[in-house]
Amino acid sequence: MTVKVEVKQLTKIFGKRIPKAQELLKANKSKAEILEATGATIGVDQANFKVNSGEIFVIMGLSGSGKSTLIRMINRLIEPTDGSILIDGEDLMSLDKKALLEVRRKKMSMVFQNFALFPNRTILENTGYGLEVQGIDKSVRDQKSHDALELVGLHGYDNELPQQLSGGMQQRVGLARALANDAEILLMDEAFSALDPLNRKDMQDELLDLQEKMHKTIIFISHDLNEALRIGDRIMIMRDGVVVQTGTPEEILTHPANHYVERFIEDVDRTKLLTAANVMIRPNTVNIDKDGPRIAIRRMRDNDISSIYVVDNNRKFVGFADADDVIKLIQENNPDLSSVIQTNVPETSAKTPVKELIDKISTTPIPFAVLDDERRLVGIIVRGAVLGAIAGNEVTDQ
Amino acid sequence: MMSLISKIPLAEWINEFVKWLTQFTGFFNGITTGIGAVVDLFQWFFDLLPQWLFIILIIGITYWATRKERKWTLLVFEFLGLLLIWNLGFWRDMTQTLTLVLTSSLIAIIIGIPLGILMAKSKTFETIMKPILDLMQTMPAFVYLIPAVAFFGIGMVPGVIASVIFAMPPTVRMTNLGIRQVPADLIEAADSYGSTSWQKLVKVQLPLAKSTLMAGVNQSMMLALSMVVIASMIGAMGLGTQVYFAVGRNDAGSGFTSGLAIVILAIILDRMTQAFNKKKH
Repeated sequence: MTVKVEVKQLTKIFGKRIPKAQELLKANKSKAEILEATGATIGVDQANFKVNSGEIFVIMGLSGSGKSTLIRMINRLIEPTDGSILIDGEDLMSLDKKALLEVRRKKMSMVFQNFALFPNRTILENTGYGLEVQGIDKSVRDQKSHDALELVGLHGYDNELPQQLSGGMQQRVGLARALANDAEILLMDEAFSALDPLNRKDMQDELLDLQEKMHKTIIFISHDLNEALRIGDRIMIMRDGVVVQTGTPEEILTHPANHYVERFIEDVDRTKLLTAANVMIRPNTVNIDKDGPRIAIRRMRDNDISSIYVVDNNRKFVGFADADDVIKLIQENNPDLSSVIQTNVPETSAKTPVKELIDKISTTPIPFAVLDDERRLVGIIVRGAVLGAIAGNEVTDQ
Repeated sequence: MMSLISKIPLAEWINEFVKWLTQFTGFFNGITTGIGAVVDLFQWFFDLLPQWLFIILIIGITYWATRKERKWTLLVFEFLGLLLIWNLGFWRDMTQTLTLVLTSSLIAIIIGIPLGILMAKSKTFETIMKPILDLMQTMPAFVYLIPAVAFFGIGMVPGVIASVIFAMPPTVRMTNLGIRQVPADLIEAADSYGSTSWQKLVKVQLPLAKSTLMAGVNQSMMLALSMVVIASMIGAMGLGTQVYFAVGRNDAGSGFTSGLAIVILAIILDRMTQAFNKKKH
């Protein structure tokens, strides 16, 4: 394994009286002591780590831990106070402006938390930005950009503007932009944090798929340990600007370096306790105060289901209706649904742990209705979803 | 109390400074010739156009600029407004005023945008420029007439110069503001892909600052128009002259009609620049 990126004693101090703060830092004074003595804030405190070629290296920490500052020093968007960054053995700190531009153009690409797409450029132009600043011919540029977009699964949006795309799609563009210039190193700053959980998971999968093909060296910032465990080959945990532990996911889970890391891992275990809210899906409903049997049957037909949940004007749960019964009503020309509503439906609250549902769900043929405190229907739980969640659990549990 | 301290000879100093500047006559003559040429070019073009063609041209441009949103009332207003100016006999005055405004705005843009860019790029330059811009805008415009005449004589050119000084600040300010308003993560994105300063400026900052910048240009144009009466005092011909004369003759009627012509021109210029600003989205 070759080392692609090596960071030595990398330090960032914000504020005035930096030399003094640096001196104190070397004397092992704490962040608070230095702030008191000099008014300077320690962003990153003498970080040391190596990233191997072709691995996904996750830097993780809570906000204020210095991880965003750290990643920005790797391409010198933030100028380090001290230390060195070696890319393929070449010290980035020794480069002049022109050579630095060259490294940014050819060797590293960055993906941003809030996508950072240029709103005045089309998707294709956004993707090709890195190539454009290199002065590459438009036809070559467009072809490469188009290929990169295909690679991340965006077809036919080339000439749209970013604001016309959803968050998940925008971040695909962000990723395509990073891939378009064939950089070997990807810097991903909380790249999936702004996405909703489903989209985030999709993008993580997508990244892992791409990585299998492309073998980039990826430095990924995250505040989410689940994400780190999922995608990271190695994880580095930071706190208050200090590197706390570096290791494989396995090492971090089995040998947490200190109490701080332990608490992180406990958080993971808590989130693994899935509740009904994690596995429920959106129900198809009819409104008893508004809709009649014909609407009910049409909705069932449209969604390919044989029964449908009934709520009232306030989304309060009423019961459910079976397709056969509803068809009878229509034949009798009876517009009132309430006569066929069945109320013997299993109910649960969103906070119920999935564990408690497993036994019950295998004995009832009807999906569980998930109700909130005011008995409004917030979702339903079908058997397949629960089994899937458990299966997922088993995979990451070991 | 104040009598204990002798009066600071500020006025004398400024006079000395102005006198000192007059030795650069060659330089000021050069500027006069240059601006004079631009003024003559505009005026020559407007004199060449028959009134009806001018009206068609204005309506045509507006129609094209507003093709996305179809503003019929504006087109009708332009047509009737210009006909009224023609009918009242203010046509040549109107084109002279237009020449003054366009030349001033053009110079304000050419000088103002680079100044705004420099302000956005350098904190120090911004700190220096801010009080100067305040001074340019709040100093009573009449004051500019005195040195303008000293350096550039009488006529359109000193009028243009005085208008530029008074009208330029919004362009500078809004260019600065527009560039500074570009979200930080877009700047980071541009930097992280290895853009040079110039690439960042023309590919990211200026396009994103465009609508703010154009609002500044629009403001400058309106301010230049507000200078026409003052500029007429030093011989810049146009609708302002008509107002100025009307004041001298105590003639409310012709004062009002020429004022109305200025208003019509102002509305047309304002709506047209706004239409161009909105065009893309």
